[in-house]
Amino acid sequence: MMPGTATRALAGALPRFSVLALILLASWLAFPGYFDVTVNDGRLYGSLIDVLNRGAPVAILAIGMTLVIATGGVDLSVGAVMAVSGAVAATLIADGQPLAVALAAALGAGVLCGLWNGILVAVLDIQPIVATLILMVTGRGIAQLVTEGAIVTFVDESLIFIGSGAVAGMPMPVVIAAVLAAAAVLLVRRTALGMFIEAIGVNRRASVQAGLNVRVVLIAVYVASGFCAALAGVIVAADIRGADANNAGLWLELDAILAVVLGGASLLGGRFSILMSIVGALIIQAMNTGILISGFPPEFNLILKAAIVVVILVLQSPQAGRIAAAIAARTGITRRR
Amino acid sequence: MVPMKRLAPLAVACACMVTAAHAADMTVGFSQIGSESGWRAAETSVTRSEAAKRGITLKFADAQQKQENQIKAIRSFVAQGVDAILLAPVVATGWESVLKEAREAEIPVVLLDRTIDADKSLYLTAVTSDTVHEGRVAGEWLAGTVGDKPCRVVELQGTVGSSPAINRKKGFDEIVAKHDNITVVRSQTGDFTRTKGKEVMESFLKAEDGGRSICALYAHNDDMAVGAIQAIKEAGLKPGSDILVVSIDAVPDIFMAMANGEANATVELTPNMAGPAFEALVAFKETGKEPPKWIQTESRLYTRDDDPRRVYEEKKGMGY
Repeated sequence: MMPGTATRALAGALPRFSVLALILLASWLAFPGYFDVTVNDGRLYGSLIDVLNRGAPVAILAIGMTLVIATGGVDLSVGAVMAVSGAVAATLIADGQPLAVALAAALGAGVLCGLWNGILVAVLDIQPIVATLILMVTGRGIAQLVTEGAIVTFVDESLIFIGSGAVAGMPMPVVIAAVLAAAAVLLVRRTALGMFIEAIGVNRRASVQAGLNVRVVLIAVYVASGFCAALAGVIVAADIRGADANNAGLWLELDAILAVVLGGASLLGGRFSILMSIVGALIIQAMNTGILISGFPPEFNLILKAAIVVVILVLQSPQAGRIAAAIAARTGITRRR
Repeated sequence: MVPMKRLAPLAVACACMVTAAHAADMTVGFSQIGSESGWRAAETSVTRSEAAKRGITLKFADAQQKQENQIKAIRSFVAQGVDAILLAPVVATGWESVLKEAREAEIPVVLLDRTIDADKSLYLTAVTSDTVHEGRVAGEWLAGTVGDKPCRVVELQGTVGSSPAINRKKGFDEIVAKHDNITVVRSQTGDFTRTKGKEVMESFLKAEDGGRSICALYAHNDDMAVGAIQAIKEAGLKPGSDILVVSIDAVPDIFMAMANGEANATVELTPNMAGPAFEALVAFKETGKEPPKWIQTESRLYTRDDDPRRVYEEKKGMGY
């Protein structure tokens, strides 16, 4: 990587990290014990760990969603795919199947869902928002069929470990998210794949003309998104030791899209950064945890979240920066120096 | 002149006496909301078995959470000439015209587990639980258990703005207000789900000195309590003894937790709304006796003394 691109990447990352730091600081003001991390039962314990642990499912969704959005698409089905994979894993493990079978089937279900989305978008040329809306609606129905409307609970320790176990004190979901993120970054940045994805997002027709197999790449990103969603679904089910087809992953597709946008990606496609999307996911979770620990009445949750998101997006907007500079110039704030 | 409205039930009653209808030859249409939760699945299966027990033929229609489907189902029940209709309304408004059609066809309608904003003459009766009372039962159990000792309670609310969340909070707060030693120190929404219940409880535990200053958890439903119990265990505390756990609904899994000593009490929201509804309908058809406009189901308190393992097995068979 050239030194120029590295500095530019750092400059782009700065606003996100400062927003994250600001939210953490505000939470600390509301609750002085916010930064305390202790070791409890051989695992790290504290609000910061909660942010990482609770943010892991959305971070995993955001990895897949980043790739999809970079091609100019969107995957609305990830929440429903989470419900499907959780239902498959829980039903099989409750049936006495070994962990390997349950995991393979759950992740396989996610890959199949991604393949379906990919074919609708890449081969049949259906608008991504509509194509994935189909599975967003039917997926939850499929999950309900698998669980027969009930919450399927299980006691298998190996599956529970994926949701609430710990490796070297770190909660398992955080470890999984970190490994997946590293693998995804290596895959798209150490090969030409990342460039292909950006090229499709910038100009699909030009990519075809340049000899890129656009269909295969498009299908691949939706499959990746389905796989990520399935993994998140297994984690969420393992965490509560049960598959709740009605509520698992509900509205999380919106959190995942928000994470990608907070990470600085354009919904029109092109430029993307997996790591910044993960920071976006952590910003969302830091906000959630902060609100929970602050002791505000729950009626304020959504308003607070919306207000913070608006502030962040305004801070990121280059146009807003220009307007602020113009106002500052006119009122003489800058001249006073 | 006597308005037709008052004559209608009379006419139904006369017709019934002539044919001497028994429960056995009754056909009842049931418009269910859909499968939104385990409780609703149990309500459906209990309604089927209560009908079978009485020899009533049940026509079942699943509305998939859509009012238009429920309206279609009621119209088709009217067209088929059923003897009565059970309706679990998905929303509170917009029922006037279709219920008028049922009234004109002289088919009594009984509302199950939710009420509607419409003229009371449009339905025979409503069988529902009193959700404020449920909150009171939970509060009274806690007050009776802690006695005079000071008790700091954390509360997991249902979905903000939903009527069970508002009412279950109101009922509990009424009892807490009467006992100076009990205070609700933290209250947040867990959206009635296990995942959110666990996440919110984790933050409660951190904010309250690692959970050591919390004496009891009150959850607006069992699912949130089940999630919170896991959070308490992962924080190294014992749910059920270090932190008392009381919740509402009485779904099977909370009985498993009670049997394991991890939960203390639950207030039942019975899935058997159809039983009282059928009884009222049979009495109405046979004697013409109009039931009261509201039949309140029992909000029974279950504790560890009620053989939770046996209740778990019983409930497991009810389709939760």
